[in-house]
Amino acid sequence: MEIIYLLIPVSLILVAVIVYALFWAIKSDQFEDLEGPGHQILMDDDRISSEEDNSENH
Amino acid sequence: MTDTCYHCGEPVPEAITLTVSMDDKEMPMCCHGCQAVAQTIVDYGLSDYYRFRSGMPGRPDEIVPEMLRNFTVYDDVRVQESFVETRDGGLREAHLMLEGIVCPACIWLTESRLNKTPGVISTKINYTTNRASIRWDDSRIHLSEILRTITSLGFFACPYDPGAREVLLEKERKGQLRRIGLSGVLGMQVMMISVALYVGEWHGMEADFRFFLQWVNLLLTTPVVLYSAQPFYKGALRDSRHLHFGMDIPVSLGILIAYLGSIEATLFQHGYIYYDSIVMFVFLLLLARYLEFTARKHAGDQVNLFGRIIPATATRINSNQTSEECVPVTDLVTGDCIVVRPGETIPADAVITKGVSTVDESIITGESMPVIKQTGDGVIGGSTNIDSPIWLEITRIGNDSTVSRIGRLLEEAQNEKPVMIQLANRIASWFVGVLLLLAAVVAWYWWQAGSGSWLSITISLLVVSCPCALSLAAPTAITAASVALMRRGIAVTTHEAVENLARATHFIFDKTGTLTFGKLQLIDVECLADVKKQECIHLAAAIEKHSEHPVALAITGMAEGTVMTASEVINTPGQGITGIIANKRYFLGTAGYIFANTTLVSRYAGNKNVTSESSSSAFLADENNILCRFVFSDQIRPSARALVAALNANGAHTLMLSGDHADIVRHIAGQLGIKEAFSGLPPERKLSILKDLHDNGAFTAVIGDGINDAPILAAAHVSIAMGKGADIARISADMILLNDKLDMLQDGIQIARKSLTIIRQNMVWAIVYNLLVVPAAASGLLAPWMAAIGMSLSSLVVVGNAASIVKS
Repeated sequence: MEIIYLLIPVSLILVAVIVYALFWAIKSDQFEDLEGPGHQILMDDDRISSEEDNSENH
Repeated sequence: MTDTCYHCGEPVPEAITLTVSMDDKEMPMCCHGCQAVAQTIVDYGLSDYYRFRSGMPGRPDEIVPEMLRNFTVYDDVRVQESFVETRDGGLREAHLMLEGIVCPACIWLTESRLNKTPGVISTKINYTTNRASIRWDDSRIHLSEILRTITSLGFFACPYDPGAREVLLEKERKGQLRRIGLSGVLGMQVMMISVALYVGEWHGMEADFRFFLQWVNLLLTTPVVLYSAQPFYKGALRDSRHLHFGMDIPVSLGILIAYLGSIEATLFQHGYIYYDSIVMFVFLLLLARYLEFTARKHAGDQVNLFGRIIPATATRINSNQTSEECVPVTDLVTGDCIVVRPGETIPADAVITKGVSTVDESIITGESMPVIKQTGDGVIGGSTNIDSPIWLEITRIGNDSTVSRIGRLLEEAQNEKPVMIQLANRIASWFVGVLLLLAAVVAWYWWQAGSGSWLSITISLLVVSCPCALSLAAPTAITAASVALMRRGIAVTTHEAVENLARATHFIFDKTGTLTFGKLQLIDVECLADVKKQECIHLAAAIEKHSEHPVALAITGMAEGTVMTASEVINTPGQGITGIIANKRYFLGTAGYIFANTTLVSRYAGNKNVTSESSSSAFLADENNILCRFVFSDQIRPSARALVAALNANGAHTLMLSGDHADIVRHIAGQLGIKEAFSGLPPERKLSILKDLHDNGAFTAVIGDGINDAPILAAAHVSIAMGKGADIARISADMILLNDKLDMLQDGIQIARKSLTIIRQNMVWAIVYNLLVVPAAASGLLAPWMAAIGMSLSSLVVVGNAASIVKS
C-alpha cells in the first residue's frame, strides 16, 4: 500500500493542472457563450456539402 | 390553397404574387420586405439558412430611405465615442445589440454575410446575449454600411454601450465561476479520499495511512476555505458591522469552526474531521448563488436602459429656417428647433411651434388613446408622433427631461423598498445567538469543573451544531422554486422574490399593456344604413392604409386581403380622414368631423346613435349617409380574467392603478372584477398610493409593464414585469413574466407558497436535529462518527425536500 505515497501526490499534481486549465479557460472567455459554438460547428462549411447534394440530384 | 410565406411563415395574401427563386424553385413571399431579404440571402449563397433555421423570423419592415439615412449619423466620430473602440492600423471595433435573432441559423446568416463584406475584418456574435462585436477597416467600409447590411437580412442592429456596470458584472461572474470550479474540482478529490477514510474506519486502517490521507484532505480543503468561501466571510463582516444578522454569519461560522476543528483533529489525531462536509457545503451554496446571479444578470442583459426610448438621431432645422440636418440627439440643446415626422419618436420634451398631430404617449403616461397636440402644446420626449409632421422647440433635454425624472423617481423608490428580513435570516440570527451563548456556558462549565478537555468539547459542540442544514434550508428551496417558475415562463431575479410573492396580500395591476394588450382593437361595427359590416371594414381599411393612427391599425388589421384602394386621401389630425374610393368620397372620423365636411348634420342631429359618442368610436360616412359606427377598445388579455378571479377567490385584494381616463379604467375594472381602481395617476401619485398601502400593513405585489410603472415596481414588496414591457420596468422587477401569460402567475403563487412551506419544514428539521445532538455533544457523549453522519444526513434531507418543488 506504500504506493499511495506516490500516487496521491501525482493526483495532486493533476488536480493542480486541472485547476490551472479551468482558470485559464474562464479567463479567456471560454464560458462566454455556451450555446452558439455548438450550432456553429454544424453550420460552417455546409455550403460545400449542399452543392454536392445538388450536383447529385442533377 | 393559401400559401405561407417561405421567409416568415405568415399566410400570403391572395392579391400578392411575389416569389424568390431558390434551387430552381419559386418560393412564395408575402410582402416586399420578405422578398428583399430572401433575395439578399440567395444572392450571397446563404440559402442554407432556410435548411438550418429552427425558428421563424419576424416579418421584416420594408427598408425606407429615411432609415438608411439615419444610419449615416453613426459614422460620426462623436457618436461612435460610446460604443466603438479604435484598434491598431485603422481598425475599429463596435459593440452592437441585434434584434430579431430567433435561432442559431440567424447568427450564422449574419456572420457569414458580414464576413463576405469587403472591409469587415471579423464578426463575433454571442447567441446567449444577442450581442455582436464587429471589427472593420474604416478606410474601406463605414459603420453605416455594416448596419445597412444587417438590416438587409431582416435583422436590426443598434449600438450598445457596455458601460461600467456591465464590466463589473462580468468580472463578478468570472470570479464566481472560478470559486465554484475550484470548490468542485477539489471537492471531488476530498470526497474520494473521505470514502477511503470512512471505509478505513470500519475495516481498520494503519495510523500512518490515516494520518497521511487526513493531511492530504487538509491540503485540498484549505484553498476552498480560504478562496472559494470568501464571499461568505465578506458578507458576514458587512452584516456584523451593521448589526444585522444575516445568513452569512452562521455560514461563515460553520465553515471556519468545522475547518479549525478538523485541523485540531488532524494535528492531535483525536476527534473527527469534516473536510468532506465543508467542501460540499461551500460548493452547494456557491452554486445556488451563481444561479441567482445569472438570472439577475440575464434580466439586465437585454436592457439598454433609456437608450431605446429616446431615438439616436433627430432632424434639426438650422437657425435660418431653411435647411434641415440629421444630428445625434446628444448634440441637441434647449431652444433648438426640430421636425418630427409621422412614425418618429420625439427626442426630447418640447413645445409645438407649427403643425397639428396626434401623439401616442402610452409608454410614458399609460394612456391608451393618442392625444391631439396643437401649436403651443407641450410634448414628452419618448412619445411617438402619429399623424403629420410637427415642428418643435426643445424645452427640456437630458437630465431635466421627463424620462430622466422618472428614472430618478425610480432610484428614490428603490431606496424606499421595504426591507423584509427573510424567514431564514430571522431564525438564523436567533439560532446563532443561542448557540454562541450555549457554547460559552458549556466552555465555562467544563473549565470550572477542572476538565483539561474543555476546549475540545466546546469545539465538538460547535462543529456538531454547525448550522449547515439551517443555512441550506432556504437557498435550496428558493433555487428549486426558481427552476420550477422558469419552466412556467417566470424568471426570478432576486432571491427574496419567491418568499415575498408567497406572502403578498395586495395585488396591484397597471392597465395598459398589463391587463390589456395595450393596442386598440375593433370590437364592434354597428351598421346605421343598408350596408354589410364587411363592406364597411373594407372601405375604411382602404382609407386608413394611409394613416399610422392606432384606430387605422385596428381597422386594417381586420381587413386581410382587401383590394380596394383610396385616392386623394386627406388626414385631419385628431378628427378624421377622407378619401375617394371608386369615384365616391368617404369620410371616417368623429361625428363632428363628418358634420363639418358634409351636409348630413340636419339629418343626424337628433340621432342618439351618432351624438352619444365616446372617445373610442369612429363613424364611416359617404356624402349621403352615415354608414356605420366602429367601436374600439383596448382588448383585455384573456389570461387576466382567470388570474383576477383566482386572486379574488383566494381573498387577496386586487387593485388597479392607471394613468388612463376614469371611464376606461372603470370599464376594465368592472369587466375583470377588480375591487379598487384609480385613474389618471402620474407616477408620483402611484408611488404615494403604494406608500399608503405599506403604511397600513399591506404586503404588495405590483404587476406592470411601462416606464411609468417602474417606480412602483421598484418600491413594491415584490414586483412582476411583463416580458414585452419597457426595459426599465423589467430591470426594476423581481420577477419577469417572459411570455406575458398572466395566468401563469397563479401557478407561480402556488409554487411560491409551497416553497415557503418547504422552507419552514426544512427549518424545523434543522432545529430539531440540532436540539437532539447539541445536548449529547455538550455532555461529551457523542461519538465522532455519529456526528459526521448526522451532519451529512441533515443536509441531505433538506436538499431532498427542496427538490420536491421542482417535481410539482
